[in-house]
Parts: sequence; structure tokens; C-alpha cells
Amino acid sequence: MAFEKAGAMIAACKQRGGILLPLLEDINAEYGYLPEEVLRLITSELGYALSQLYSLATFYNLFRLEPRGRHFIQVCQGTACYVRGGQRILESVEGVLGVKEGETTSDRQFTVESVRCMGCCSLAPVLRVDEDTYGRMRTGRFRDIVKKYGRNER
Amino acid sequence: MVTLTIDDQNIQVPEGLTILQAAKQVGIEIPTLCYHEALAPYGACRLCLVEIKAPQPALVTSCTYRVEEGLVVQTDSKWVQRTRKIILELLLARCPTSKVIQDLARSLGVEETRLPTLGTEEELCTFCGLCVRVCREVVGRSAISFINRGPTRTIETPFKIASEECIGCGACAAVCPTGAIKIEDIGDSRLLHNWHTTLKLTRCKICGGYFAPQEELESLKQQVPLDEELWEVCPDCRRKLSAHKLPHHLSSY
Ligand code: FES
Ligand code: FES
Repeated sequence: MAFEKAGAMIAACKQRGGILLPLLEDINAEYGYLPEEVLRLITSELGYALSQLYSLATFYNLFRLEPRGRHFIQVCQGTACYVRGGQRILESVEGVLGVKEGETTSDRQFTVESVRCMGCCSLAPVLRVDEDTYGRMRTGRFRDIVKKYGRNER
Repeated sequence: MVTLTIDDQNIQVPEGLTILQAAKQVGIEIPTLCYHEALAPYGACRLCLVEIKAPQPALVTSCTYRVEEGLVVQTDSKWVQRTRKIILELLLARCPTSKVIQDLARSLGVEETRLPTLGTEEELCTFCGLCVRVCREVVGRSAISFINRGPTRTIETPFKIASEECIGCGACAAVCPTGAIKIEDIGDSRLLHNWHTTLKLTRCKICGGYFAPQEELESLKQQVPLDEELWEVCPDCRRKLSAHKLPHHLSSY
């Protein structure tokens, strides 16, 4: 079965009384998104309606319904970053990768998202790729950064 | 019984009633939008706000607030009127072209909104949630729900595709106060435009006309004890066929 782990998580959740949000968090962390198959499994195992799950999954920013690319790029649009040109940084990222915020490149390498403040405003404008944070960003810099995470990596 | 005062009238009502229900008992009308007798109180539209003076002064939604001993309620105070007008302006900004909302606003003294309409010219949905709730609480299918958050919030089927739960009963459209849900029967199909769902209609055994989706009939069969063959005829023919042997409240199915 493709989603064996999810099956075990759902079973464990059932034991704990079927509380939904922590389960969805775990599944999202495990797969990087909430696979439709797993959501369907939850409806049959825990008795929630699919519409309820979809409602929660679309309400919280944390959850994704589509698999993420290998690398996750977050561009800060919080107040400090915004006033220091965060929007132009985002545009340059979108330009280089050819996707809009919220989207994933067709080769599944990169997913771009905007966030509101990462808590390091003194470095504004800030961009993060996976666990690496890049402060005092300039629009031209992203082209070099992205090379580090190229296709053949890993 | 609980004793309370509504608009200077001392009244006694059974425990557990809401202010809205108590007011109704003594003939006082309070405007509502998201309230429906058949559904659990929800408190979304805020139109039914009333002022309570005791235990402490506050604006509360009368559709959700249960009566209590010594409660003093004013359903049309200055404070209530002022607030209600703002709510109506908000509703008008959301659904500027809805005849129902326009009429409602006008009947409560609001002609136009001072708020900008943000690309919602075509919008008819007020987010009262009646469709979502009737589908869950009465029909028992939960085919639709609120999705997203903030400005992109809307009502949808899971994954925005045809719903496997939708039986095409049309309760959502029937309960919608503003006509935001479009359902059409064309030939042998029922089209639920908002829910991306099309269902085949069943033909009446007697007159041959299309009348209801198979899914709806199957679901009703579970709940309503009718003779098997009565499910195969349309309501009109069924009425003629068995008006005498059906209990009255079932004859409209
Ligand atoms: S605003 Fe970007 S880190 Fe705080
Ligand atoms: S009717 Fe009470 S809040 Fe809508």
C-alpha cells in the first residue's frame, strides 16, 4: 500500500479519540502535503465527511493539497521585508523559475510561497530555501542562489 | 418557565428558548438572514442583534442567545438600529445586485452602502451557511462546505469537482435566501451548476416524465417508509395514485 504510514497514523489517531487537526499535521509533515487518497481513508476510518476535511485543509496555510517540489522557497512579505522591496524579490523569484507564488515548477524542483515575517526582520528582505535563510536580498541574487539547488543535487 | 422583559413587555416563556423564539411568541419580529427553524442556531449574519440591558449591557445575536431569568431585551434600540444598518451596508457591499438584500436593507432604512464593492458585483452569496448546514444537518450528506479563508473564502464541493455525496435533492438551493445556487433540469439530467455535479433523472413509470435523480430516491427510501412502487412514479402521479392511503405529510415527496 502506498500510504502505509498514513494508515498507521490514522489508526493511532482513532485510539486517541479521532482528533483531526494533529492527524492532518502529521500527514502533511510526512508527505509534504495531504494526499487525496489519505483524506479519503480518513473519511472511511474516522467518519468525517470529505467536505469537512477539505474545508480544514484549505483553511490553514500549513496544509497543502499538492505535493511540494524538492525545494521549498519562502519569500517574506512581512511588513519589514515588504517595505524593503520584498515584493520585487518575489517577482524576481517568479521570473527566474517561471511560476507564480503558490505554484511548483513543472520539473517538481521548486515550490514558491510567500510568508508573513520569519522573525528576522533585521535581515529584510528575507528569502528562505528549505532550511537556508538569505538576508538582505537583492533581486539579482536569486539567480546565483538557485544554482546551488540545481537539478543534480542530492 | 423563565420571566424576562422584551421591549418593555413582561413575558414568561419555557426555558431553553432563544431570544428570537421568545420574541416571536409575543409577536415581535426580529430580522434574520442565517436563521432557519429546521437547523441549529448559527449566529453568522448578525442581523438579529438585540440589546440586552441586564445582566450586563451588550449586543447579542438573538438567534443564539438563550433566555434567562430577569433578562431585559430591547429589539429596536438606537444601538441596535445603528449596528444593524452597518451590517446591512456590509451585506450590500458584498451582494450589491441581490434584490433580496436590497429589499431587506431598504425595509430597514438603508438605501445604499458607503463601503466599496470589491469586484463582487455578481455575488449573491452572503455566507449565511444555510446550504452547507441543511446538507449536513437535514439531508445528512455534507456534500459541500466552506473552503479557504479571508477574501478567497467560498462554498464548494471537495476538490471543486462533482461531489459523490450530492444526491441532487436541491435542499441547498431551496434554503438559500438570495438565490445564489443554480439548479436546472434539462432533458434527462439535473445540473447543479455550483457543485459541478450532473445527475441523471429517473422517469416516472406512469406519465413517463423525468422527475428525480436516482440518488435522491435511494436516499429518501432509507428514510421514508413508502411502498416500493411508489418510488417509481413522479409526485403528481403518486398523488393521484395513492392520495387516500398516504399519510398527509408524505404526499409531497
Ligand atoms: S518581515 Fe520579513 S522577516 Fe519579518
Ligand atoms: S439570524 Fe442570528 S446571526 Fe443570523
